[in-house]
Amino acid sequence: MPERALRLNGPSLEIVERCDGKHTVQQIISELQQLYAKAEPKKVETDILGYLTLLHEQRALDFA
Amino acid sequence: MNSAPATPTNPLALIAELTHRCPLHCVYCSNPLELQSRASELDTPTWSRVFQEAADLGVLQADFTGGEPLARTDILDLLRTARAAGLYINLITSGLPLDEAKLDALLAAGLDHFQLSFQGAREETAAEISNTKSHAQKLRVLEWLKSRRVAVTLNFVIHRHNLDQLAEMLAIAESSSATRVEFAHVQYYGWAFANRERLLPTRQQLANSIEFFKRAQERLAGKIRIEYVVPDYYAKYPKPCMGGWGRKLMLITPTGEALPCHAAKIIPGLHFENVKDRSLREIWTVSDSFQKFRGEAWMQEPCKSCERRELDFGGCRCQALLLAGDASATDPVCSLAPTRAKVDIILEAANQPSAPASLTTPAWRYRPNPT
Repeated sequence: MPERALRLNGPSLEIVERCDGKHTVQQIISELQQLYAKAEPKKVETDILGYLTLLHEQRALDFA
Repeated sequence: MNSAPATPTNPLALIAELTHRCPLHCVYCSNPLELQSRASELDTPTWSRVFQEAADLGVLQADFTGGEPLARTDILDLLRTARAAGLYINLITSGLPLDEAKLDALLAAGLDHFQLSFQGAREETAAEISNTKSHAQKLRVLEWLKSRRVAVTLNFVIHRHNLDQLAEMLAIAESSSATRVEFAHVQYYGWAFANRERLLPTRQQLANSIEFFKRAQERLAGKIRIEYVVPDYYAKYPKPCMGGWGRKLMLITPTGEALPCHAAKIIPGLHFENVKDRSLREIWTVSDSFQKFRGEAWMQEPCKSCERRELDFGGCRCQALLLAGDASATDPVCSLAPTRAKVDIILEAANQPSAPASLTTPAWRYRPNPT
């Protein structure tokens, strides 16, 4: 992003790495639910959707 | 070179002023009054080395700017080498030296982000500000960008003479492919300082603009990110200029001097290292010029004991020099600064009902082109 940078660690990095124009949102959720198997799946989904919405509002990504 | 008073973090962005040559002659250009000549510009291999050194130092982004960066005939080579070093490249351009083939070549070379500057929403305003016929070409560039895959920012520099065009400017942005728009009130350095009396908005203009941006941000949330920069003469506290001296940014002039900001060369007594003689890492970490206003040791009161000192770092050193005559002073725009009265006098003059009449005389100082 121009004049800004995202500091990514852990889950945020896992999410952004999958924003590659190929993964669907559902695929990202499924993969992270497997990766973070100890977390509550619904919570993982809510967090991912919240994070993607935030990035979209910041105009850092678009949904195809 | 002194030993470091504090170990600096890595810079995030490199501002690469590739040339001071430009087809525009804007009255608020941020280039210094003393422009650097074409003959003295860094060559391609030196810039390439600088990009690699920047990436090694932890820099993430390079802003290709100028002057007009497309005036460099080696722009594609510069872009490729900077991209190969792993940098995210933002091109800041007037769009004038561009055609569709050139645009495609830039994108093929790996350009990440395209930033197009506007001088107004109308041809006559843009012509008066830039002393060049340029507006129609910018609109053409916007059309070309629509069918291409690249992130786009529009940058409108705003001031007393175009603040009545905000709605038209926003309409241009909305009909483009831009996802980000900057409305930047002129900041008073370089050519803008020389033309300040004619550029400073009135208090009412500023209030109207802030209201306009707030409404626009709400309406366009999720579509276009709107950022605006206020004229700090009207602010209560100073801006954290450049994110703090030698904290986030490094600027390289066309001849290779490494500066902590666009205007730093006006500060007397500072020697700026050249990338031809020193590595970027050495300049960033230990050079006197980058150490000079890092940390807090240089601060005077009221900054020294101010609880905001880690938020705005005492404001802008160049503005302190320009307005208070002392680069170590508190930025005079700060309401706590002992020299704030100097700014208030300037604002009072800008808000006199008689001011507009005196502004009708053609007295712009246009930025010339270097030899």
